[in-house]
Amino acid sequence: MKVLVPVKRVVDFNVKVRVRPDGSGVDLQNVKMAMNPFDEIAVEEALRLREAGKASEIVVVSVGPAQAAETIRTGLAMGADRGILVKSDFSTEPLGVAKALRAVVEAEQPRLVILGKQAIDDDCNQTGQMLAALLGWPQATFASKLVIEGDAATVTREVDGGHETLALTLPAIVTTDLRLNEPRYASLPNIMKAKKKPIDEKTPEELGVDLTPRLKVLKVVEPKGQRSGTRVATVAELVDKLKNEAQVL
Amino acid sequence: MTTLLIAEHDNGSLKEPTARALTAALAIGGDVQVLVAGKDCGAAAAEAARLAGVTKVLHAESDALAHQLAEPLAALIVALAAPYDAIVAAATSTGKNTMPRVAALLDVMQVSDVTGVVAADTFERPIYAGNAIETVQSPEAKRVLTVRSSAFKAAEAGGAAAVEPVDAAAAVAAGSAFVGAEIARLERPELTSARIVVSGGRAFQSAENFRKYLEPLADKLGAAIGASRAAVDAGYAPNDYQVGQTGKVVAPDLYIACGISGAIQHLAGMKDAKVIVAINKDPDAPIFQVADYGLVGDVFTLLPEFEKAL
Ligand SMILES: Cc1cc2nc3c(=O)[nH]c(=O)nc-3n(C[C@H](O)[C@H](O)[C@H](O)COP(=O)(O)OP(=O)(O)OC[C@H]3O[C@@H](n4cnc5c(N)ncnc54)[C@H](O)[C@@H]3O)c2cc1C
Ligand SMILES: Nc1ncnc2c1ncn2[C@@H]1O[C@H](COP(=O)(O)O)[C@@H](O)[C@H]1O
Repeated sequence: MKVLVPVKRVVDFNVKVRVRPDGSGVDLQNVKMAMNPFDEIAVEEALRLREAGKASEIVVVSVGPAQAAETIRTGLAMGADRGILVKSDFSTEPLGVAKALRAVVEAEQPRLVILGKQAIDDDCNQTGQMLAALLGWPQATFASKLVIEGDAATVTREVDGGHETLALTLPAIVTTDLRLNEPRYASLPNIMKAKKKPIDEKTPEELGVDLTPRLKVLKVVEPKGQRSGTRVATVAELVDKLKNEAQVL
Repeated sequence: MTTLLIAEHDNGSLKEPTARALTAALAIGGDVQVLVAGKDCGAAAAEAARLAGVTKVLHAESDALAHQLAEPLAALIVALAAPYDAIVAAATSTGKNTMPRVAALLDVMQVSDVTGVVAADTFERPIYAGNAIETVQSPEAKRVLTVRSSAFKAAEAGGAAAVEPVDAAAAVAAGSAFVGAEIARLERPELTSARIVVSGGRAFQSAENFRKYLEPLADKLGAAIGASRAAVDAGYAPNDYQVGQTGKVVAPDLYIACGISGAIQHLAGMKDAKVIVAINKDPDAPIFQVADYGLVGDVFTLLPEFEKAL
């Protein structure tokens, strides 16, 4: 079984981004970039399926600028077999990405696509669900456990009040939540080996998709809310402030 | 302008995020109709009809809708979509799961996690874990939105809309089936709507301590209990307690962060609380930068004191 794992190049999760003073966006110059953390979990899950003899080939795919090839390399260094880069000059939107991924799925015919539940830059949480809709495939989002037996996937999902379990028939879409697994680090020999693994480049035109963003970003601002940051010395002082100053008790 | 609001419910009753998302839907302007789609969900439909501002409730009944699976629910919404200019749901786990599927089937780019309605086609939403707020304009003829419920007040009761049954034939199961669920029974207020939230982090060292030190305080305050991801990962608290970028987003009147360092991913879930209290033994913990009141010290001595002082 072939598994496809879409991976996005995003600002490293440790970076606190700054908003450009002119309100045109966030400042990404000289900022550390990395694979979206949920996508590392997706790659890890695919690797575990291969190690368990359930998956035969793992293809990582990214839609983005030339530098997204580095993100694909990260996936290859973790152990994926090959990569596909769909080059885009635009900052991507889930609908466009889902359409590009549909074209890749049609060409590659995987039985399972594992995506992250959410990219930590746009925080959209849409792409996996959209891809499932475009393909007419079933979906299991926010997965914390995945079991594959033949053509059946049993997925435990994190939902608002707790967990639920779904049975899906492959081919299907799964999106990862944080507790699905703990991704491995790439070893040095594997990083070296990854340099020789192939990355196919495609253009949106070749795939017949238009990646022009639909939504128009009018402005980007810092969130409101400066805090007084008062230090209190004792519990008694805290309770007094909460009752009399903040009036929340 | 007519908006279709997708109700969040458990068949038996309507969930509070519906009333909050209704406030956002009303801010868009025009008529708001509510879809209550489920199995034996008449009671939830009747509740929706009593929300002030709702002009009509569409009530869809089908076995396939019993568990709000994305495939049948999205198919039904798309079948009903023609007359509407906007389709809105709360950004709950059901809303997040279903709405992008609806959007893609309608060939629409969704606007996720709306925190402000600027105009019928223009919305504010947080990006980068809430470190920036973007204003986006949607050119789509049909706008598909999810709404961050903590950003909107719940609409009041007082309405008397008609409930109209709708054909649910479009809601067909497709490749996924419900096997089971483990949903926690809450003895305290629900995290996303509680007026006060007491949250614990890695500091507690065990599930036993987490309960022993946080529950009495939460009980005294009538508060919900939340947790950092570190506390959830370590097994001190269940996963649905997680507050943050990838957990629940809360905006209570009072948020008390106990033994939580204040990673940006955690702040993303609570920094819109009206008043924030931080209790941490490290005077340099980043949580103090977002706190209104900071108390430096050990949670194991301070929390029992706090509880007694109330
Ligand atoms: C993609 C991604 C998504 C994430 N999403 C979330 C999310 O949604 N929510 C979330 O919370 N995290 C999230 N995280 C994790 C986040 O980065 C932090 O690791 C986590 O919030 C840390 O939890 P903590 O503050 O409890 O633990 P720590 O950072 O270990 O902090 C423990 C704090 O307790 C204090 N302390 C220790 N003992 C005591 C004591 N006895 N008394 C008083 N204080 C004490 C310490 O000084 C310290 O400040 C995410 C991470 C990633 C990569
Ligand atoms: N440009 C992209 N290239 C590859 N995968 C992507 C891209 N954008 C989003 N994805 C995938 O879709 C998931 C959800 O992203 P989003 O819907 O933007 O929150 C990510 O975790 C990735 O797995």
